[in-house]
Amino acid sequence: MKKIVFREEACMGCRLCEVYCIVQHSMSKDIIKSHRREETKPVSRITVEVKKPHIMTARCQQCKTPLCVASCLSGAMYRDAESGLVTHDVDKCIGCWTCTMVCPFGAIVMDKKRKVVAKCDLCQGMQVPACVANCPNDALVYQEVSP
Amino acid sequence: MSKYVIVGGSVAAISAVEAIREVDPAGTIAIIAEEPFPTYSRPLIGDYVSGEATWDKMMYRSDRFWSENKVETFIGSKAVRLNFTERFVETDAGKRIEYEKLLLATGSEPLIPKIDGSNRKGVFVFITLADAENLKAKCEKAEKAVVVGGGLIGVCAADALTEVGAKVTIVELKERLLSLLFNSTASRIIEEAARSSGVDIVTGHTVARIGGMLGDESKVGIVVLDSGETIPCDIVVLAAGVRPRVELVARTGLKVNKGIVVDRFMHTNIPDVYACGDVAEAYDFVSGEGRVLPQWPTAYMEGRTAGHNMAGISEEYSGGTVMSALKYFNVPAVAVGITNPTENNDFEVLTNHDSAKNVYKKVALKDGVIKGFILVNDICKAGVMYYLMQMNVNVARFKSELLSEDFGFISLPEHLRKKILKEVAQ
Repeated sequence: MKKIVFREEACMGCRLCEVYCIVQHSMSKDIIKSHRREETKPVSRITVEVKKPHIMTARCQQCKTPLCVASCLSGAMYRDAESGLVTHDVDKCIGCWTCTMVCPFGAIVMDKKRKVVAKCDLCQGMQVPACVANCPNDALVYQEVSP
Repeated sequence: MSKYVIVGGSVAAISAVEAIREVDPAGTIAIIAEEPFPTYSRPLIGDYVSGEATWDKMMYRSDRFWSENKVETFIGSKAVRLNFTERFVETDAGKRIEYEKLLLATGSEPLIPKIDGSNRKGVFVFITLADAENLKAKCEKAEKAVVVGGGLIGVCAADALTEVGAKVTIVELKERLLSLLFNSTASRIIEEAARSSGVDIVTGHTVARIGGMLGDESKVGIVVLDSGETIPCDIVVLAAGVRPRVELVARTGLKVNKGIVVDRFMHTNIPDVYACGDVAEAYDFVSGEGRVLPQWPTAYMEGRTAGHNMAGISEEYSGGTVMSALKYFNVPAVAVGITNPTENNDFEVLTNHDSAKNVYKKVALKDGVIKGFILVNDICKAGVMYYLMQMNVNVARFKSELLSEDFGFISLPEHLRKKILKEVAQ
């Protein structure tokens, strides 16, 4: 399947990936409105983590046997067998935080306002996820990863 | 005759069916499940009572889950007898179901404290959807509730009842709430949140008697504590915990300790008989021994292992441990593994309490390996810690970072990050 791959050597830590993740998952899809005016501003599903000289992005790795799916109390989290996408039905989520407790990458984000979790959905319906499309230095690339 | 027969219809049975079907799409499966409901999520009963979860949200899998997986169902039936020699299960309807592989996933039942007056109307336990429906029907009119027991179930019930507007008092025998999961600092933070939501907490006491209502002795009217103190109420929730439902296997030769004893493959001492979920005493990776863990995620994982092994794939259970994530009274909190080590000489305990932010973190290490941790109000990187613990990673070199605000996957040494990314994700 196609996954987001991170190239540490190219990342400058500008956090535009976080900005565009929020825009993409907002109501307005507008950079100003989504950040300034939307009452329930979405949380970014990608987080830049810095520990100089290292830098990385915490985001869902679309695990093959995901612990978040195994431990989900409500059945909201599931893995699509065909596409391999680990996905989350926000309408079923009750914000129990159990998936957050078990994700090895710390990639499941708590949306405390909505009392649900959020995770990378690889921007379904788009050719390239917003974080990748807007990364100015190609630190995030979208490519086929086996399996 | 079914190739696979499963007694139980909750998460352990569901995940076993999913695992069996991954391996064996055709083998016949039958389940015997007492509760007359579709596959629902028990941990959501608090949300159901509070109104946060609708009936649809309560459903753990599609309402066609059993038929989609070609499972023959005996729903509303109770297994009453097992015969391991002739290999069959008998139901209360007199039906005899023969098996090649049997899975016991009978779950747990509430521990009901012996309290005088607990047969009065308005006294509830809080485990199943039926319990939640009973409580929900009653609590809409109720004004005052007493929750007996300040563990996970009690705190869940108190939170839900508070949400619907009842005045709640929790009575806990120990000196603080959630004493099995948390330490005193963490318990205090949750207690404070509960109190500021209007909950009264009485610790160090127990309920001596449940008294009747003035004018109608059949209904709850008052709770009398061992101190003599009285609390008027119209609801009592008994939340003293759960115990494995092992009555079905009594005197069958099946090895039972606290729960049904299973090996790392979820196999019992009887050939072709497996057990998983709340009823099983499965491997705890922290203690290295078997342990009854009445938790949803562990039941799911045990069910998967059981299903794979029953279907012929040898798969060793990696083990579970105490693990709870809480959201009650809007305090996100996590407790995993040994959170209150007593043999202090062997353990190195790191703590960090940021009282301005109301954040508390505690990690217990033994020989450089995480054996347990508590996180309150900053839990988003709990999974990284859980993984380090489960994989037995020596964290001595970066232990100072475990409790820091920016702890995350980046805190791990580079070689470890690469290894995990490779192993887990791909």
